[in-house]
Amino acid sequence: MPITYTSGEQVEVYQFSVPVTVLVPVTALFLQAWLPRQFPFFTMFDLPLLVTVFFAMARRNPVSGLLTGAAIGIFQDAVTGLPIGVNGIAKTLVGYGASSLGVKLDVENMGARLLVTLVFYVVHETVYFMVARGLVALNLQWSWPHELGAALANAVVAVVLFFVLDRFKQRT
Amino acid sequence: MESLLGRYKNLIVLVVVLFAQVLGLAVQVKRTTDTDSSRLIRVWAVGTITPLERTLGWVQSGAGGMWHNYFYLRGVRAENRDLKQQIEQLRLEQVRLKEDAEQARRLQALLGFKEQFISQTVPAQVIGTGGSEQSRVFFIDKGDSDGIKPDMAVITVDGIVGKVLKVFRSTAQALLINDQSSGVGAILEKSRLQGIVRGTPAGEVVLERIMTDETVQPGEAVRTSGGDRIFPKGLPVGVVTRVSNGPDLFLNIHVRPAANLSKLEEVLVVTKLEEKEPAPSETAPVRAADILAQRLPSVPDKPAAEDANKPKEGVAPTSPTTAPKTAEANVTTNGAPAAIEKSQAISAPAKVAGASSPAKPAASNSAPSKSRARAPGPLKPAAEQGSAPPTVKVAQKVPAASKPKPPSPPAVPPPAKPEDGPQ
Repeated sequence: MPITYTSGEQVEVYQFSVPVTVLVPVTALFLQAWLPRQFPFFTMFDLPLLVTVFFAMARRNPVSGLLTGAAIGIFQDAVTGLPIGVNGIAKTLVGYGASSLGVKLDVENMGARLLVTLVFYVVHETVYFMVARGLVALNLQWSWPHELGAALANAVVAVVLFFVLDRFKQRT
Repeated sequence: MESLLGRYKNLIVLVVVLFAQVLGLAVQVKRTTDTDSSRLIRVWAVGTITPLERTLGWVQSGAGGMWHNYFYLRGVRAENRDLKQQIEQLRLEQVRLKEDAEQARRLQALLGFKEQFISQTVPAQVIGTGGSEQSRVFFIDKGDSDGIKPDMAVITVDGIVGKVLKVFRSTAQALLINDQSSGVGAILEKSRLQGIVRGTPAGEVVLERIMTDETVQPGEAVRTSGGDRIFPKGLPVGVVTRVSNGPDLFLNIHVRPAANLSKLEEVLVVTKLEEKEPAPSETAPVRAADILAQRLPSVPDKPAAEDANKPKEGVAPTSPTTAPKTAEANVTTNGAPAAIEKSQAISAPAKVAGASSPAKPAASNSAPSKSRARAPGPLKPAAEQGSAPPTVKVAQKVPAASKPKPPSPPAVPPPAKPEDGPQ
């Protein structure tokens, strides 16, 4: 039996106003570019990824999720100076995965959010690493301790960030 | 068919979007020029982000300036006193270095060496970063409209920082030297071994292409070699921190950058480099009276005394923190490393005095240049403090004829008594 995204019986489907849809990702991208200048350690966080996961899980629509991920990723690539598409591909897959998972799981509680973000951060980094090395020939180094530490840090930030962003949700 | 499309709609959209991006990547990797198809996307993205960064940076610097300039002035008097003493010592050293530089220029002219000089720089403020661990870039608030072009060197008074990567209308993106895709021609200061400074994926800086049979000691300074045609020769790159055997018969030399790459605020973009043969300045005869006038102490008259105070005011523009804020491009070469000092000595007079030949030290001192005209002030007798051209000439010409005698200490005024701070 196909899952309908608007059933509303088991999962809630949310939408966002246009200003929120535009301004939240732009703010995340701006903070991602600006905060490392003040706090260099901030490069370990990936706010655009967290926003992608949030929108994807809230909308619970894979097409919407992957398109949001693609747009945010491409925008991020344009700012970082890397070839456009490296972050785009990684975030497209994360957007698709997060929205697909959001259909099947209750991602409203704190523990699920922490775990989902942690997993998707690792997925994102893996895809990013593969694309950067395989397609763009960037010389990246994979370090499990670093990636897991960053995943945990991002997951903790995500719990707080999602709590704030919940205020902008509109029930369909 | 329709049911099939409807059933796999999500998957089809995913594949299409991924395929489009992979295709885009392939096109970008093939085209290495800046006129690629991604240019428009970058312009939009940067155009969206940088105005916010610029505004926030402006607010932040305004608030910070208010706090530091009007409220938090603890220790300013002591710092002022220390700085004044330091200025006096640096002036002494400046005279000695000037003599050495003159001698080097004479020798280079004899050998027909060509040298690169920084003749113009544009001060810029760092307004943002790339925000990624994989790409070490930053944005500055100057762009195409300010004369910034790709591949221009970006430096600070401490050392080199990177090069301009992409230029937009009013902003530019620069690549740090610790990015893995950067490369800088470098030379070890003592051993004169040449290599390439590169960034690592972890953001460290390493010096490559030095054979394992060479000896490199930690603590040795690394400078630019000028071989990359981006950075002029002699700018500080950093200091060797660790040396180990690397792969392929090359040493693995870790370098601590001279500039603090993680806390950049103001930088200088080298917009103009000149390559010329240094011309010796001692071709004109030196009068014995001029030499004596420089060496013998004399009583300053009133106008000279006024001028003697000027260097204290003139110190401010030479500070690395204030220099980049000025609008004029060549002002910011003050206080810069050796190569920048040379550029002042040679190119600044040409611009100010309008002389065709840049190597006219006499003109350089007599011209109303912002820092040069005042810098040697306290080291000279009173007669020189005014506008007496013959004695000013001596300051440049003496080293050739009468170098053995260093500037006599009595000519240097004793360190000024601590004065009130800016309160």
